[in-house]
Amino acid sequence: MPATQSGVVRPAAISAEGWGWRHAGRAQAAVQGLDLRIEPGERVLLLGPSGAGKSTLLHALAGVLGDEEDDSDETGSLLIDGVAPREQRGRAGLMQQDPETQVVLSRVGDDVAFGAENLAVPRDEIWSRVHEALDDVGLRTAAGGGLPLDHPTAALSGGQKQRLALAGILAMRPGLILLDEPTANLDPAGVLEVRDAVGRCLDKTGATLVVVEHRVSVWKDLVDRIVVLQPGSATGISGTGSGTGKGAGGVLLDGPPDQVLSEARTMLMSAGVWVPGYVPTTRTRLNEPDTAQLLLAAQDLAVSREKPRRKGFKTIPPVPVQTGISAQVRAGHALTITGPNGAGKSTFALTLAGLLAPVEGKVSAAVELSEGAGIDPYKWKAEQLISRIGTVFQEPEHQFVTGKVLDELMFGPKHLGHGEERVDELLERLRLTHLVDANPYTLSGGEKRRLSVATVLAAHPKVLVLDEPTFGQDANTWAELASFLSELLDAGTAVVSVTHDQEFSAVLGGTELRLGPISQGRATHQEAGAA
Amino acid sequence: MRDALNIRGNQALLTQANPLAKFVSVFLISLVLALSIDWVSASTALLAELALFPLAGLTIRLLWQRAWPLIIAAAIGGWSTAIVAADSGAVLLDVGLWSISEGSLELGLGFMLRGLAIALPAILLMTCTDPTDLADALAQKAKLPPRFVLGSLAAMRLVGLMAEEWQTIGMARRARGVGSQGSPFQRLKATLGQSFGLLVQAVRRASRLAVTMEARGFGGGQRTWARESTYSMLDVWVVLGGLVIAAGAVLAAVGAGTWSFVWR
Repeated sequence: MPATQSGVVRPAAISAEGWGWRHAGRAQAAVQGLDLRIEPGERVLLLGPSGAGKSTLLHALAGVLGDEEDDSDETGSLLIDGVAPREQRGRAGLMQQDPETQVVLSRVGDDVAFGAENLAVPRDEIWSRVHEALDDVGLRTAAGGGLPLDHPTAALSGGQKQRLALAGILAMRPGLILLDEPTANLDPAGVLEVRDAVGRCLDKTGATLVVVEHRVSVWKDLVDRIVVLQPGSATGISGTGSGTGKGAGGVLLDGPPDQVLSEARTMLMSAGVWVPGYVPTTRTRLNEPDTAQLLLAAQDLAVSREKPRRKGFKTIPPVPVQTGISAQVRAGHALTITGPNGAGKSTFALTLAGLLAPVEGKVSAAVELSEGAGIDPYKWKAEQLISRIGTVFQEPEHQFVTGKVLDELMFGPKHLGHGEERVDELLERLRLTHLVDANPYTLSGGEKRRLSVATVLAAHPKVLVLDEPTFGQDANTWAELASFLSELLDAGTAVVSVTHDQEFSAVLGGTELRLGPISQGRATHQEAGAA
Repeated sequence: MRDALNIRGNQALLTQANPLAKFVSVFLISLVLALSIDWVSASTALLAELALFPLAGLTIRLLWQRAWPLIIAAAIGGWSTAIVAADSGAVLLDVGLWSISEGSLELGLGFMLRGLAIALPAILLMTCTDPTDLADALAQKAKLPPRFVLGSLAAMRLVGLMAEEWQTIGMARRARGVGSQGSPFQRLKATLGQSFGLLVQAVRRASRLAVTMEARGFGGGQRTWARESTYSMLDVWVVLGGLVIAAGAVLAAVGAGTWSFVWR
């Protein structure tokens, strides 16, 4: 085993001078006039409102932005150790947000080896790097699951997939590690898993780090510098933090974390950044009824996403991810579903919402909700469903059915034949009025989330079901959403939400339904902080 | 789909053979069977293939679970050939328009056996071959371009995800009021809409995956291979085995006087 040249990582230096980038087919530049120097070994948290070009910068540093062939446009210079990123493959490693697309191959060992193979590392050394990298990210310790090299990558959790991606990056021995919202799609346990793995690896290799993330508290203690970018010209429409008026792109603030956070706290808060210790102000619930109209009940449910399977001639019911769930949904009352990953929270919510058939047990709608449509929501027609139970999916894009924001909102009312007058109010209330002609797919993350809530509410359902509505959202969208839902609750809508976000459920109040790991079986009820 | 492609836990002998050798062997057998339409060559090959089951870690039960639509299709194909083909020899069953004679029955049986005999080697190959190993062999031994081979391999992993995504999009659209009921036209429209949604997601996923791969240095110049694709004595036996089965099928048919080229 040659423990020779495998050795030292050479931390990378970054220098940007008047750098700018315009994506092909866009009128406005994503980044403009950026001047920035990052010394070898520095750990930088990059902040800024959405549209400030943070991802563009990271992609450029990773050398994966389109080259001159297409009609994109580069100005100024952006160099790693004085050389263009595109000309030195493997000098920087990039991790993106969606864990599913950070995995390339189907076996753990092969996936980690992939980057090293591409850099033409000799075979023996690849495998010693693979072992080391898996150790470093904690995927080979007993606590990390002690995965064998041929473990299928499809069987990993989100946090494990991101750690695997980190191992794949480490095996390339890059001098620069780039993280683009690496934990936005993870539950709290996964967030810490990934953060700690990154910390350990940086301590060991001394590599330079640039991380983009809304949740400052997660990374604050790990970084030694925070850089705040100006809202770029591309953000003209998104509205956040546009009061600065200093022109597009460039660095707004730069310094040690504590200094930047205290100097710019108000500014960052107004830009929707989650600065430590900040819980955005939200509307307080007015009247929380003690006894309210029962709308929907789940009785002894066993749930699964899978349909009954055919094996030859036999039909086999799916193995439920959770069993024995009972719950009640009442008008003006919030029900929050919590529990660890894989406890079947979303699956239960989708079953309750009439989108999945229960494996066992039943979901029954009260007459006040069903209004003649029958007792079982799963059997309702789609038009019957939307005016009774509205479901907001975790990924807004899954629910877009037209090519224009206004059409999206009109879609439900048009099919129902009533309720078109509510659309204007929703547009106004969720700050979408200036976007009516935009294509839903081109909106920012926060705008997409607001739109997906608005579209479902346009059909005026009595029960609203939301799957992780606050995942990856900035503080502004978070506060708007929480306040808006609390208003709906006071107006008598029942709100069921699957969430890890305790502050969010505290705003909504009501009941918490905690689903345990299936081995421990039964769900437990408890009152959430009805403050 | 994902389960079907996962051979983890299969310890059978043929899993250790080089995928390319297995591929050549399968190709030889299929080629010979595609040349004739008699039942002797087909059943000889079929018997030999059944004998190989334990070597590939396949059982009749597993076969039925994975490939029952194929088996039923072969049976239906055989049955309809028997009914429709021109009669020759003694008529065994006559129901008005349909009749089954000795000649048409033989043809139908040959058709069914052939369908199975051609399909089985491919199923055997899939059962004992990991896609990653196949890709390694195709790139290192068959010298196909790595960019193409590894790109396809990574894309194949996304296919499994797409099946889950299809279900999710279906539910998400129902929650928007797009039903899968109504007139055939409405259903078609709904399915098209859902397909478009899936296409959008597939393109997004694929472009993110492409960024991931590029950021790991993929697509550049020289690359090394962490897993070396090697040949062993076993591979000689695998190719020889394929040759023997193919030749055996031809000889048996010629000997029995049933061999007839498809184009005759």
